Amino acid sequence: MKTILSEQQLSLTVKRLAHQILENHLQLAGTVIIGLQPRGIFLSDRIVNELKTIIAPELIHYGKLDITFYRDDVRKSLHIANKTDIPFSIENRKVVLIDDVLYTGRTIRAALDALLAFGRPSHVSLCVLIDRRFSRELPIQPDYTGKVIDTFISQKVKVCWKEKDDREQVILLDS
Amino acid sequence: MKLSTKHLLGIKDLNREDIQLILATAQQFKEVLQRPVKKVPSLRDVTIVNLFYENSTRTRMSFELAERRLSADTLNFTAGSSSAAKGETLLDTVNNILSMKVDMVVMRHSASGAPHFLAKHIPAAIVNAGDGINEHPTQALLDAYSMQEKLGKIEGLKVAIIGDIMHSRVALSNMYLLKKMGAEVMVAGPPTLIPKHVGEALGVRVEYNLARALQWCDVANVLRIQLERQNQPLFSSLREYNLAYGIKRKMLESLGKEIVIMHPGPINRGVELDSDVADGPYSIILNQVENGVAVRMAVLYLLANREE
Repeated sequence: MKTILSEQQLSLTVKRLAHQILENHLQLAGTVIIGLQPRGIFLSDRIVNELKTIIAPELIHYGKLDITFYRDDVRKSLHIANKTDIPFSIENRKVVLIDDVLYTGRTIRAALDALLAFGRPSHVSLCVLIDRRFSRELPIQPDYTGKVIDTFISQKVKVCWKEKDDREQVILLDS
Repeated sequence: MKLSTKHLLGIKDLNREDIQLILATAQQFKEVLQRPVKKVPSLRDVTIVNLFYENSTRTRMSFELAERRLSADTLNFTAGSSSAAKGETLLDTVNNILSMKVDMVVMRHSASGAPHFLAKHIPAAIVNAGDGINEHPTQALLDAYSMQEKLGKIEGLKVAIIGDIMHSRVALSNMYLLKKMGAEVMVAGPPTLIPKHVGEALGVRVEYNLARALQWCDVANVLRIQLERQNQPLFSSLREYNLAYGIKRKMLESLGKEIVIMHPGPINRGVELDSDVADGPYSIILNQVENGVAVRMAVLYLLANREE
């Protein structure tokens, strides 16, 4: 087991990601934030909380997207769906998708597909906490990255959040 | 987590976890149905045949819409316009259809047990859309979903099923489901339309007085009088039935409490329900229809899984 981000590093990284998003989306004008269920939500909640300390909360449009019904392996293994909550139109908006770990890219592929059911965004960018580069199966790259790491397929990245796992850190597990 | 059964033949075969899984999945599909694009690609490699040996409007349309919203390919079979009219057996018909590579069969049949028979003989997953006077599981599931949506829970609710209990597959499926989910159940209606031992056999209350039944319950699920299944007269006239067991607006207003009125449709207006009740503020009948699509999507989605 190896620690990739400690609690303090994780908190700094979240702050940085929030600021980077704001750099490119001033006042979030015409921009919406969408976190991916289930585990991307913990990161997107934190980024949104951070954004609220910098700009007026009413400028932030924040939704949650579940991609279960859009998976490409839906018949091979059963996945239980989580709540989707996008209470606004994304038509002609800029969307920032947020997930915890970018690995094969298949989740993001499904998310792009799912997103179109809510309208046609003018632009979509991707923000992830951990980018496991060199393990992509699809041509998908992040625009905002917390940390880039090199891993073997046999290894597992675990992102721990206080609400779920009682502590706040990112670790790499050898199986 | 997945369903404990390969088919949905009846609520009888499901356990509490199965029912909870279906209702929770249905809730996510209900959200899908509010989106600008109400379609997901989940079952795009699945072919489903709708095998209807008995008339149906709501159920068939609801299943068909659910299948299309899941991107499945659908085939429709109605007995009247098919080779069944030429004397082909059920099994032959289905085997012929299956040789065209069909993955799931949604079936309604006037013989109780027809889908159970098919399940023993064919490899496809089977969804019972109503078999004779046995079960209509997806109706019970959408009724439960609608109750939960309206009242926030099922456990502990007092539900009265009112009307033609004897000939109703909706009643039987509802009784199984509500008991499994911890609701209190009462059946009410004229003695001739309530099977003799239903009380002891299923652990439900029996009541022959409509006013007392309404006074007791939180939810009244009112059933249609099924004249087509009655070989002998079981009450003297529809008018008399309406006088004794028809639900009227005034009765509900005089109860002095909240009550929810449900009906699986089609309604015989002026027989079991007066129009001002069916269209009034107590009724969630059209919500039931709306929820039906989401519940059927959940059932098809969960059964299409082929995880070993």
